Amino acid sequence: MDIFNAVIQTLDSTLRLSVPLLLACLAGLYSERSGIFDIGLEGKMLVGAFAGAAAASVFHSAFIGLGMAILISIAFAMIHGFASITHRGNQIVSGVAINFIAAGSTVILGQAWFHQGGRTPALSEGERFSSITLPGANAVKDVPVIGQLYSELLSGHSLIAYIAFAMVPITWWVLYRTRFGLRLRAVGENPAAVDTAGISVTWLRYRALLCTGVLTGLAGAYLSMTQNGGFVKDMTAGKGYIALAALIFAKWKPVNAMFACLLFGFLDALAIRLQGTPLPIIGKVPVQFMQALPYILTVVLLAGFIGKAIPPRAGGVPYVKER
Amino acid sequence: MGQAAIELIGINKSFGAVHANRDINLEIPRGTIHGIVGENGAGKSTLMSILYGFYQADSGEIRVNGQPTTIRTSNDAIAAGIGMVHQHFMLVENFSVLENIILGAEGEALLKKSIAKARSELDRLEREYGLEVDPDAIIEELPVGIQQRVEILKALYRGAEILILDEPTGVLTPAEADHLFRILKQLKEQGKTIVLITHKLREIMAITDNVSVMRQGTMVATRQTKQTTVEELAELMVGRRVLLRVEKGAANPGGVKLAVNNLVVRDQRGVTMVDDVSFEVRAGEIVGIAGVAGNGQSELIEAISGIRRAVSGTVLLDGKPIDVTGTADPGELRDRGLAHVPEDRHHVGLVLAFEENENSILGYHDDVRYLKGFLLDVDAIRNDAKSKIDGYDIRPPDCRLRTANFSGGNQQKIVLAREMEQDPGVLIVGQPTRGVDVGAIEFIHKRLIAMRDQGKAVLLISVELDEIRSLSDRIVVMFAGRIVGERGPEASEGELGLLMAGVEQLEAAE
Repeated sequence: MDIFNAVIQTLDSTLRLSVPLLLACLAGLYSERSGIFDIGLEGKMLVGAFAGAAAASVFHSAFIGLGMAILISIAFAMIHGFASITHRGNQIVSGVAINFIAAGSTVILGQAWFHQGGRTPALSEGERFSSITLPGANAVKDVPVIGQLYSELLSGHSLIAYIAFAMVPITWWVLYRTRFGLRLRAVGENPAAVDTAGISVTWLRYRALLCTGVLTGLAGAYLSMTQNGGFVKDMTAGKGYIALAALIFAKWKPVNAMFACLLFGFLDALAIRLQGTPLPIIGKVPVQFMQALPYILTVVLLAGFIGKAIPPRAGGVPYVKER
Repeated sequence: MGQAAIELIGINKSFGAVHANRDINLEIPRGTIHGIVGENGAGKSTLMSILYGFYQADSGEIRVNGQPTTIRTSNDAIAAGIGMVHQHFMLVENFSVLENIILGAEGEALLKKSIAKARSELDRLEREYGLEVDPDAIIEELPVGIQQRVEILKALYRGAEILILDEPTGVLTPAEADHLFRILKQLKEQGKTIVLITHKLREIMAITDNVSVMRQGTMVATRQTKQTTVEELAELMVGRRVLLRVEKGAANPGGVKLAVNNLVVRDQRGVTMVDDVSFEVRAGEIVGIAGVAGNGQSELIEAISGIRRAVSGTVLLDGKPIDVTGTADPGELRDRGLAHVPEDRHHVGLVLAFEENENSILGYHDDVRYLKGFLLDVDAIRNDAKSKIDGYDIRPPDCRLRTANFSGGNQQKIVLAREMEQDPGVLIVGQPTRGVDVGAIEFIHKRLIAMRDQGKAVLLISVELDEIRSLSDRIVVMFAGRIVGERGPEASEGELGLLMAGVEQLEAAE
């Protein structure tokens, strides 16, 4: 039973750790499927996290915090759009710039407003998203295996976590069953075809970035208002980049994206779990190695274990009408 | 009838210093097929792009069915009943036919109904015009001829009454082109107006009712097709008399330069594209490989030139084997005197973003002539490029210009100059005049004949049967990956056409 509990706990933290990855990964999916590379996922998550925690602590409302997180994240997505769609700038440069602006401005504003060394004040109960107990979770708690899985693993996550996993089928549906999705996929492959069909490439790509902004905002809010009780400097810690790796790993498909993010989340959870625990045969593994494991795996996987990942064909190339 | 479907009055359009369209006036009667001819860069495509709302004219008026119409975007054009089939298809390659057809004309936010509607509408269009297409096929898996049909269906699905086709046969085989013309004639009978932009005069003569000629941005003449001749049109286009027939003496074949024996090549899907092919090319002759596109010619020359691995078979160059199933690579073959002008100059032959002089040595850049120690000798390269520009009349004569800014014909000359000037013993040429205008075709043909007369072995692959017939000393016909016959240059078009269609194969089977 001990092992069973350990497994459940590891899987539970897998879910928790993969939520921000999944949101950021889906955010990247909207952007990149429209042909806009977005290396600025990291920055947008960070400003989302900061805006969310700051607004929540000032207005004492988790939902106002979430709204703010999404708004500010959208604003940054629009800056990326303005640079790379309207002005046909280099998308990588714009994305990197956004990451730097985010890393710097969050700390400066945090210090100026809250005087806690760049942190936001610790959020109290009503200012964070607390865990939701699914109906009947307490009742079935003692039913072996199935009941435990339900109450320990599936129940007890925050609203944003449920939204994140709901976004997977929703994104699939939007992409493959709606007019917007058809056009979105088309514009990432051949914007000239979209243009000659009488659809505005610019407006379409801005709308894709809008979706990106909403999702990175959610991811940021999850970090600062669920996982953590406030904003801490550089709290995204490379999750935006891991999400990009997961996106490539998933070949830009929503369901694959979920599995990729769960895998990275699992590695993270495992690393935490195994810290300081001696393993059979190998013995005690250095903490640093376990922490590096997800990143090592990312490199190995991307280096050739996923087959050919074909990015959207027009990705990274600004659309210019004249030849 | 009688009323003009389209009237263009005083259209002007400039791109920077280039005056692409100058005071264009044009009237296209309804229910006719109207040809617009001109060399590359004469302004045909610009004019049509203005009509389709892709560009906007600097001045001038467009009337559709007598009504002055403002066309700012493609949407306006579609609303005015104008549809366009672009030279480079505007299709999303990994989408299905249906998805491509409804893109931009979905009607409502959810796809389900619009797909169902498109499916039944497609069915109707197919029956009405003989445009058979599998609606669920993925575009990139379809042959170009079918992809073009999808483009036409796209326009018809949007209710186009006026259909503009920009260089529609540039990528088609003769059979596909004939099928297209039948479709166009049928569309005309149904009252549609068709504008055909091309630089192939034979097509103009075969299918159009009227023809307008453009040269250097101006409309120089409009004629009734019945009352003009190919010679007159060519002269109007180029501004001087053009020799349309290739003049050449008898071939004087020498020893075998290139021998291909039992070659088998598969494509990336594992389908056998070249099936047990054997032939030889001698010094001082041009061997043409005729065939409908997709019958293995491309894979054949890719294998011989070291781009694609063959499965089995041998190839001998000057009597010595090329390791076509193993390690043969284009660099090694170049050193051994086999030059290759690839079929697809944009993707294989050139790096469009490079300067002209860089492209003019590409593949030969490790030759000592272009090196100074381990650095490139930029002066030597540019001087070399300049002499090629002079020798091949490449325009504009600027070796520092980005290659993408040259017209198709001049890009082709850059590739030809690069390969021919290395003085190879064997030259493999794929589609030498695809997308090339009349004046340049004449030039390229003369050069190929000159190569032959210098005693080189030339292997020519072209989907233009005319080209094969006028250049080749021997014609080998491929069908379904096999060689189905060999004929002399005197073989009639009909005879070759039957071979290309595999008719004899079928008869033999019965």
